[in-house]
Amino acid sequence: MRRLQITKIVLILAIAFALPFAAYGQQMESHEGKWTGHSEAGRQLYYRYCWGCHGARGNGDGENAPYLNILPRNFVVASFKCRSTPTGTLPLDQDLFSTLGRGINFTNMPSWAALTDQQRADLVAFIKTFSPRWKTEKPGDPIQIPAEPALTVASIKHGGELFQKLECWKCHGQEGRGDGPSASTLTDSNDQPIRPYNFTSDNRSKCGKTNQDVYKIFMTGLDGTPMPSFADVIKPEDAWDLVHFLRTLQYNNKSPELTLWLSTKEGAEIVNAKKVQNTYTGSGVKP
Amino acid sequence: MDVRGGSGVNRIASRPVKTLLYVAAVLGIFLSTCSPASALPAFARKYGMPCSSCHEAWPKLSPFGQQFKDNGYQMGNDRDAPIFQSPAYWPVTFRITPQWHRDSTNKVAVDQTATGEAQVTKHGFDWSGLDFHTGGTLAKDFSFYVLPSSDNTGAFHFESVWARLDNIAGSSWLNIKLGKFELDNLLSEKRILTLTSISGVYTNYHFQPLYQKGVPENPNFVFGIGNNQVGVEWLGHSKDDRTRISASLLSSNDGSPSLPTSRGYDGFFAASRAFQLGSLGLQRVGGFAYLGEAPTYFQYTSGGPSNPIAGTGIGNKGYQRYGLIGMWYIKKFDITTIYFHGTDSAWLASNTAAVPGATLPVGAHSPSWNGGLFESHYNLNPQLIFINRYELVRMSQQAFTGDGVTAANPSNLGNTDVLTFGMRYYPFISSRAGFAYHAEYAIIRQRGASPVTATDLTSSSLLFGFDFAF
Repeated sequence: MRRLQITKIVLILAIAFALPFAAYGQQMESHEGKWTGHSEAGRQLYYRYCWGCHGARGNGDGENAPYLNILPRNFVVASFKCRSTPTGTLPLDQDLFSTLGRGINFTNMPSWAALTDQQRADLVAFIKTFSPRWKTEKPGDPIQIPAEPALTVASIKHGGELFQKLECWKCHGQEGRGDGPSASTLTDSNDQPIRPYNFTSDNRSKCGKTNQDVYKIFMTGLDGTPMPSFADVIKPEDAWDLVHFLRTLQYNNKSPELTLWLSTKEGAEIVNAKKVQNTYTGSGVKP
Repeated sequence: MDVRGGSGVNRIASRPVKTLLYVAAVLGIFLSTCSPASALPAFARKYGMPCSSCHEAWPKLSPFGQQFKDNGYQMGNDRDAPIFQSPAYWPVTFRITPQWHRDSTNKVAVDQTATGEAQVTKHGFDWSGLDFHTGGTLAKDFSFYVLPSSDNTGAFHFESVWARLDNIAGSSWLNIKLGKFELDNLLSEKRILTLTSISGVYTNYHFQPLYQKGVPENPNFVFGIGNNQVGVEWLGHSKDDRTRISASLLSSNDGSPSLPTSRGYDGFFAASRAFQLGSLGLQRVGGFAYLGEAPTYFQYTSGGPSNPIAGTGIGNKGYQRYGLIGMWYIKKFDITTIYFHGTDSAWLASNTAAVPGATLPVGAHSPSWNGGLFESHYNLNPQLIFINRYELVRMSQQAFTGDGVTAANPSNLGNTDVLTFGMRYYPFISSRAGFAYHAEYAIIRQRGASPVTATDLTSSSLLFGFDFAF
């Protein structure tokens, strides 16, 4: 009888201690440069920083999720916006690592650059424990980004033509303000309304602010949103032209593309016609 | 009928086993669950993030929280302006701590004893002062903070009142704050994890030397680097907040309103750099300096010097505080180390009016001292933190070295040691409110500081409380 009770104690003690750990699945690693992330270390960080939005089980149902107009990522589905891999595939560890460091502009996901590289690598490892996909699938092969061609007025004009031809304006609007005729009908994979990117609001896209980042968005799409991949539709040089054109829509950002475009009579007329001169929105956010 | 079965004897025998199992299960979950802690719930509510994001254990900031603060209480994801909040959102938090505490001092001046001193101990249920924090952004890159704070009788004052221009010209290196604010102390006294009457402040931040045995600190010169000051601050930081630098120009009045002292100005400078040390965590080293001056006498009206005219303080004399700080992390364990050095003008230390032609009392010297602080934490998980702190102050130059009538101060007069142990447990973590069970014990010894016999003065404080904020 006494032995039975001791066995019971040991068993229940083991369960009590093991349960919280067992619930989070297998151990995972991530690799980013010289950093190797460990999911066990990431677990502690996740339950300090992330669970409020992404939920204790990583399925995006944190206590704050109902109050967000763009729902937090569901790590169980393992569908990620910012990738360097083709649409529908798992991202590279580096993609998740970069997203943590950069944050996702226009959403509630902040930059976690204040964490150390090791901590971010640990978090990436832990995020991968939520979905069985990481056990059965490998990340897609990263897309190749050819060298950016020389910036020319012709490139910008051609990009503008593609903007019309590919019907980007239907969502993003003719002036890139995110107010195209389809904008109000769009929903994301959570069936939540989602607004197309407003190019005039900032020079940062959701997945970074370099031209390469914008190029990647065309070619990989933003999984979980209506933004598709154009990898099978346009050639790389066309994608670069489109990048050059889109930069001219960001008239609050003095990019080389905008500078060149403004140096032409046609460009100056178009840009200045679109500008809302020296006005501020009620929020104090520069338009 | 006992449907669980077993005889009465078995039930009695199994009771301790069940109790043990229950305790083990609770302990297991308690020790293993890592859900987060909270701090200024107004911010947590705004961003929907658990308080443990910004606080290792509230109110102590994490590196992420420090970055958020340095960025003007902004995440930088273009959701910072109030327009993105529900119109009903009101950025207000209150914090108060009902508690039981016991405070004891070994030598208090009393009339009923032969020595004129006796031990005094008091204990009972009580509550702390009330803080009403309101802060955040007025618009993108315009932040503010207003903190009406009361003592536990309800007498309010403004602990903080400031507005800040953030990221001027898009640069994180250009932030200007104006008003009453906490100095850019990396180890923030306003975010201190200990609450007793002894350890609710950092001794080194407020230390002022005794002039002579049995003579208290100059009552006309009160300064604490831990006190919020009034002025303008420039702060710059790298985007990832690894490098921080600040300079402040402050009115020489120790944070008091209505310009009560002089027309002098003080300066405070701080700089630090953080770096990653393998998988141990983010380490930070830095330094700070406060260069101040304070008046030694006032213009006065009828009644003489006892009726000084506020704001007319003249005969300013200087004082300085310097320090080096290191914040060291070894995974869940961290220790903050600070070296302090302080000097006061002999005029201030001896409370002598520096009127034209005046001379210092015989034996008066500019006192100087060195201090150290070691504060360690073991953050088992975001819900539980253990705290230990040891502070020491050692005089290197006494303010009085004898005048032929009165003997020189002993070299250790005023030397101080403070030891503190504490723990805080946050039973729930949410993005709405915060609650902590708080337990703490602190003891302080000051050499030669007792009021009558000028012998060692020792005080201790024990506190248990519910610290909450909403």
